[in-house]
Amino acid sequence: MTIRMILNGKKVEALIPDDMLLIDFLRDRGCYSVKRGCESSNCGLCTVFLDEKPVLSCSVLAARADGHKIDTLEGLQKEAEEFGAFIADQGAEQCGFCNPGMIMNAIAMFRENPDPTDDEIREYLAGNLCRCSGYEGQLRGIRAFLEFKKRGGAS
Amino acid sequence: MKVVNQPVRKKDAMALVTGKPVFTDDLAPKDCLIVKLLRSPHANAMIRSIKTDTAKLVPGIEAVYTWEDVPKNRFTMAGQTYPEPSPYDKLILDRHVRYVGDPVAIVAGETEEVVDRALRMIKVEYEVLPAVLDFRKAKDNEILVHPEEDWKALCKVGADNKRNLCASESFGEGDVDAVMADCEVTVEGTYHTLANQQAMMETFRTCCYMDAYGRLNVLSSTQIVFHARRIISNALGIPKSKIRVMKPRIGGGFGAKQTVVAEVFPAFVTWKTGKPSKMIFTRVESQTASTPRHEMEVSVKVGAMKDGRIRAMDIYVLSNTGAYSEHGPTTVELAGHKSMSMYGSLEAHRFNCDVVYSNVMSAGAYRGYGATQGIFAVESAVNELAAKLHMDPVELREKNLVREGQRMAPYYGEVTNSCALDRCLARTAEMIGWKEKYPCRDMGNGKVRSVGIAMSMQGSCIPFVDVGSATVKLNEDGYYTLIIGAADMGTGCDTILAQMAAECLECDVDRITVHGADTDASPYDSGSYASSTTYVTGKAVEKACLELREKITEKAAGMLNAKKENLTFDGQRVEDMTSGRSVTLTEIGTASMCGNTEALVSTVTNSSPFSPPPFMAGAVEIELDKETGHVEILNYAAAVDCGTVINPNLARVQAEGGIVQGIGMALYENVQYDEKGHMLNNSFMQYKIPTRMDMGSIRVEFESSFEPTGPFGAKSIGEIVINTPSPAIAHAIYNATGLRFKELPITSEKIAMGLQSL
Amino acid sequence: MLRFREYVKAESLEEAYEKNQKKSARVIGGMLWLKMQNRTIQTAIDLSGLGLDTIEETEEEFRIGCMVTLRQLELSESLNAFTDGAVASCVKPIVGVQFRNLATVGGSIFGRFGFSDVLTLFLALDSYVELYRGGVISMAEFAAMEPDRDILVRVIVKKTPGRVVCLSHRNTKTDFPVLTCAVRLAEDGRNLAVFGATPARAKTYPVSEEWLQKFTGADEEKKKVMAAEFVSQVPTGSNIRAGAGYRSHLAAVLFRRGLTELMEKGGSRS
Repeated sequence: MTIRMILNGKKVEALIPDDMLLIDFLRDRGCYSVKRGCESSNCGLCTVFLDEKPVLSCSVLAARADGHKIDTLEGLQKEAEEFGAFIADQGAEQCGFCNPGMIMNAIAMFRENPDPTDDEIREYLAGNLCRCSGYEGQLRGIRAFLEFKKRGGAS
Repeated sequence: MKVVNQPVRKKDAMALVTGKPVFTDDLAPKDCLIVKLLRSPHANAMIRSIKTDTAKLVPGIEAVYTWEDVPKNRFTMAGQTYPEPSPYDKLILDRHVRYVGDPVAIVAGETEEVVDRALRMIKVEYEVLPAVLDFRKAKDNEILVHPEEDWKALCKVGADNKRNLCASESFGEGDVDAVMADCEVTVEGTYHTLANQQAMMETFRTCCYMDAYGRLNVLSSTQIVFHARRIISNALGIPKSKIRVMKPRIGGGFGAKQTVVAEVFPAFVTWKTGKPSKMIFTRVESQTASTPRHEMEVSVKVGAMKDGRIRAMDIYVLSNTGAYSEHGPTTVELAGHKSMSMYGSLEAHRFNCDVVYSNVMSAGAYRGYGATQGIFAVESAVNELAAKLHMDPVELREKNLVREGQRMAPYYGEVTNSCALDRCLARTAEMIGWKEKYPCRDMGNGKVRSVGIAMSMQGSCIPFVDVGSATVKLNEDGYYTLIIGAADMGTGCDTILAQMAAECLECDVDRITVHGADTDASPYDSGSYASSTTYVTGKAVEKACLELREKITEKAAGMLNAKKENLTFDGQRVEDMTSGRSVTLTEIGTASMCGNTEALVSTVTNSSPFSPPPFMAGAVEIELDKETGHVEILNYAAAVDCGTVINPNLARVQAEGGIVQGIGMALYENVQYDEKGHMLNNSFMQYKIPTRMDMGSIRVEFESSFEPTGPFGAKSIGEIVINTPSPAIAHAIYNATGLRFKELPITSEKIAMGLQSL
Repeated sequence: MLRFREYVKAESLEEAYEKNQKKSARVIGGMLWLKMQNRTIQTAIDLSGLGLDTIEETEEEFRIGCMVTLRQLELSESLNAFTDGAVASCVKPIVGVQFRNLATVGGSIFGRFGFSDVLTLFLALDSYVELYRGGVISMAEFAAMEPDRDILVRVIVKKTPGRVVCLSHRNTKTDFPVLTCAVRLAEDGRNLAVFGATPARAKTYPVSEEWLQKFTGADEEKKKVMAAEFVSQVPTGSNIRAGAGYRSHLAAVLFRRGLTELMEKGGSRS
């Protein structure tokens, strides 16, 4: 079938197998930030935005993206760099394999709730697993970023 | 120090946080054949017949291989220095399948879909054999996991395939029985830990292709490029000169990728077909056909006097290596070396063990590597001893713990050159508020808050065995390339090694580019495991840089027409103290590329006769629901002595990450098999690792000693950090409930049902 | 994974129903459960183009389209005001935000999964299922039926006065529940308890006014005994998450806690 979508701000039209998953479609199109960490919708590594909402691209049919807007980290490089630097400054990116999904979902959280409490952060990002960092450094990075934003983006 | 001991950002950090394509599957050639395995549905079976003709006819299928097609030389997949202590008991494909998940056939095809279709069309007739599923019954069982005649052990580890023994070893010092008999108080117990999965986010994966020289290139998510080259050579029966192994960024390892789990299959396909191929393990495969922690039953007896002096320890370990030997003989010893040695007061100790084969997935290397299991047992026993002596467990440890300058009899007789375990313990107790909170307080709502504590140690390498090397060279513009064979698996060794180089070369860390690991380009390194990279490879970096400084000065001497002994190098320029003339590093770098005859490059290889242990203490505060049995982790405090902290950020995150893995191990990471040997926790849906809502608040501090044999005084950090949660949490649960759990995980069910039956 | 040859975005419920009559067809909800199945079907039917992704509120009821996501439930102010936050607290432990942005009410209910928090919750509410052919039937009746080829169009929650609480016990915070328990105290006296993940699918048990009176007057120890007696009628079993004995124990604990919570919040049952 043919699908049309706005992928990272660009119109995309493609002929796909009907049962293709969005994650595979995106990786085929060079969106390598989208990672697969499980097959059971548990890890959050494949998080992308579907009409601005964070979803698991491993569980969305590419067909269902037809007529919608999809964003991956490739399309959010500025935000990724700005926020990611705070994760990097904690050394909390570690292996980095879970980072794109976590950073996508964190960006979604910042948009939805610009001033979250620690518990709200833990809750919003609960579906993003990380085996390296123990999460504490990610939390420190997020807090530092929020502080930075509160000060109007000056360090 | 300017660069060392600084929280330098990881060199690859920004690429990682912005999602750049730097991992194996991002870099694999687009026309790779997809490689998948047909796996055994039986725990123990012989393949009577296998029909692949219809599978081969599926359009897009390139090849289907069975046991008849592969070389017949047994090897081990364990990434260890040759001769490997792990017996050679494996083939790429074997007619005899030994666990549910053992490979039966390799299928390679153009797409995942056609490969899946072909897999369904392979018809296998099995002769199903009775299986050894209870590792307690494995030794001398009439069912043999490895009855084959060509099984062989390269090292004397007490292995005997005709007894299902992968190893049987012992060590000790002093007359344990006599000292024990003389002790006023003893405690003993048997502690059972399960086969936890490393559960790194990136599953096992490898891609292979042939290069212009007809050599097999292997790009793999591995901690051990050089061992992988040897193992692939052994498995495929081809010369090592025909193989090149490289690693890109790795999505976590924790020891899992110290075993060649995926590599041999695509390597075989590409070698046979000449075509690029890749194998990406599914999460189910990673959970069910990989290399988890060795399940162990650790029986420990501790003898002490009424005044709290601990005098003797006696340990027997039964370890389950599963269907194959990977890391079986070596993990088990650490359960003794790295548990008993924390007690400097011991007059006698004894360690015996059996490592048995059984028909479950093979175990392997996982962070902690046996020490984790041993420390759970010993620290739990010491906590029990404290209760028996009516003594505060912190105080009991203070009386007995190993101190700087003391000889550790169970640790190869090594003397601690650096040890701040006493400070770690004191600081940890302070951080958690031990004095106020021990043992517990009732919250009055069915909930009780309590604390628990444990100590831990590890090593910093395998002494006399591990090799670390570094090549450092000066380039034009005066920047350096550091080439290593150690594998950064996300922990940041590329960066900390660059920090050390920058410190030695008196430059900014940005002036050091790091390359590795690549068997063609890197100097030999045994790989990133055994907590060895900072200590062993780090020292090689330090030495190589000092050597290069000499060469730079020599080159400058020629350029300045000066005597070398009059020159100083400040990292920017070399100056002749007598004339005041100088040349810049850039000028030297440029000069090295014109009419030069002296390479401005140094390679140093390092190995160590010592493995100085890092030490730590960890304490937990929990809130336990006495009705549901739920354990809420409130706080975890830890103080770590890893010697000089090369990068405080990265060391801290190592500690936090290890502690959270340990929390999962203690409370819910469960590996369960059904009666036919199917592993049930085969996904992240069924094998629960901690989420960020499960780990409370973690605080880590460093109580550094200075290790004279380490680079800049450093020891290791990678593994030690996983060891305290299990005993500390078990202790806290005891302090809350009076129930002593000796089997992991301690689920809410066990606690609630335990309290019910009180 | 699930393979299929044809994806059909239904243009009407009639079309979806017709296409779904073949055994080789499946209606897809959030795809979270379906995609893990290792099977090949002919047709995947998508209802996402039918405007069934809204929560409508009238004087008497909430009308929740089958394609409404669990995240929508969680964030719905009206539903959570009506249930005093029970809806949000019920779905929040389900994996994560991204998961709940996909998982649908229709998929969760139609699957009648043993582990379902959502089914437990709706069974405790005065709720109904609107089926394309089968019409409107009570949630309890639907929960007891075996899956057929009808189409679940929406879930209807009547604004019957009452209070509800939804509890669960989990091995980790976002795991499947080891046991779920919802309790409803209704003004019309139709009080009930629901137990799910037993590990069988959730089931409703009436709580008589008389029993409730007795429970209210009892001391803590007596309450424990009464709760344990009450849940002795709830069959429990074992799976990898827990054993039957623990589940029965938990059922009594959660039931008592649920009741206590409702009574403490109590006052008027509105």
